[in-house]
Amino acid sequence: MKPSLVNTAEPATYAQIWTFRTPRARLALWVGWLALVALFVYCWQVMNAETMWVFVADAPTQAADIGSRMWPPSLSYLPELMKPLWDTLNIATLGTLGGVIMAVPVAFLAARNTTPSVALIRPLALWVIVASRSINSLIWALLLVAIIGPGLLAGVVAIALRSIGFVGKLLYEAIEETDIRQVEAVSATGASAMQRLNYAIVPQILPAFWGITMFRWDINIRESTILGLVGAGGIGLKLQSSINVLAWPQVATILLLILGTVIVSEWISARVRHAIL
Amino acid sequence: MLELQQLSKTYATGDTALQDVSFMVPRGQVAGLIGPSGAGKSTLIRCINRLVDPSAGRILLGETDLAQVGRAELRRQRRRIGMIFQEYALVERLTVMENVLSGRLGYVPFWRSFTRRFPGHDIENAYRLLDRVGLLEKADKRADALSGGQRQRVGIARALAQEPALLLVDEPTASLDPKTSRQIMRLIIEICDERELPAIVNIHDVPLAQQFMHRIIGLREGAVVFDGAPAALDEAVLGDIYGAEDWTAMRREHEEDQAAEADATRRVAEVAR
Repeated sequence: MKPSLVNTAEPATYAQIWTFRTPRARLALWVGWLALVALFVYCWQVMNAETMWVFVADAPTQAADIGSRMWPPSLSYLPELMKPLWDTLNIATLGTLGGVIMAVPVAFLAARNTTPSVALIRPLALWVIVASRSINSLIWALLLVAIIGPGLLAGVVAIALRSIGFVGKLLYEAIEETDIRQVEAVSATGASAMQRLNYAIVPQILPAFWGITMFRWDINIRESTILGLVGAGGIGLKLQSSINVLAWPQVATILLLILGTVIVSEWISARVRHAIL
Repeated sequence: MLELQQLSKTYATGDTALQDVSFMVPRGQVAGLIGPSGAGKSTLIRCINRLVDPSAGRILLGETDLAQVGRAELRRQRRRIGMIFQEYALVERLTVMENVLSGRLGYVPFWRSFTRRFPGHDIENAYRLLDRVGLLEKADKRADALSGGQRQRVGIARALAQEPALLLVDEPTASLDPKTSRQIMRLIIEICDERELPAIVNIHDVPLAQQFMHRIIGLREGAVVFDGAPAALDEAVLGDIYGAEDWTAMRREHEEDQAAEADATRRVAEVAR
């Protein structure tokens, strides 16, 4: 029986007060903000204790000093940088490629709707993703330089290992968000599990896949510029040696070159992603 | 021929969707399944191709009990069962042709389907089916570029590409306008007649069911409460299936739809003149 819309009893009285949050929620919110302010005050004190204010006081002078030494950038140094820049681009591109190749199977094993075993294999795949994400590229490179020696290869592998987590995580989320009805429809034709992946899931995640890959490539260009600092090749190596000999105009040239490269790669990545969506 | 014997389904949540459903659909018969939402219509047809696993009972398609088959055999059996879905369930980013050919997936090895090199007779048949549903020139368009009615036609062609022995149709017109609904329903009926294909059609629109179905099965709370000719569906039976109040509201809505459509047709005619 549906409730009748006609009210036959006494006309009811209704409250004029309505509040967005309950008193409990208001209290919790207030306590939360208070805790945040307290934390800020505490952190400020810690920072004060660890800072030597004499150095901070003449920071503007120091900055101006380094700035004046950097200017003008030594443009004659540019030709010498082209080879390391090329190396850096290769580290980023090959690293992205390797990372994506390893990330794709991991993503399918980690996604709830495609993993062969939710109890066993999925946690393993998630672990791989978390492990890769929790270690910074620079630290991967540091480890790899120790293991396989300095050079480009260490850089490529470091970028690849770091990319697995990023690409794997975003991709497995895309796989889990696929439309189940399209998958059901393909299953209902008698398709095998592999055919189901190929016909129902891959078409749905393809735009996300290219978007994620380009995004990661763009990030990797930026990350690979510093890998040289730990000996993993590329333009960072040049940066390191220029800083070591206090050749500030060269440092400025390298920083400008990196800036230019990053702008170009970001532009390319944005264009490609735009074209896909 | 399809026969259900004491089919029951209780979900893990404890909800009973089907209780002891038994009926038989002979060759060439199109049986409409009506009932309020939650009556178990969708569960019933999903049990038949095992998108949902039944809890008890037998599902006989020819000699095979579909409720008992293992994974590999289930794949083989699914090839014989075409399914048409409520919201078309096409793979939106694939072309129309790929969607139709996906009806052949159960018959071709993985590499052929991966490289999209289907056997010649499959391709020929896909073109013939697209022509039959009036979409031959759309073969290389992407599915998401089509209108609702056109997508459902692709869905029909995909199901027929399987060369099925049984057609399961889940609310084929739920997201279509009344006129397109009737065209789609007519197409399904014609095709079943041409091929002497037995079919089960879930349908919430009772007048549409009465107009097109060969036979009506009424479900309420997972049990069959009516099974007979469309003509035998009277007010009393419908009140029993849907609850008297809801049925009156549904009928009024249908009359309004029809009046609106007649009005629109008349006005278009006037403009043309």
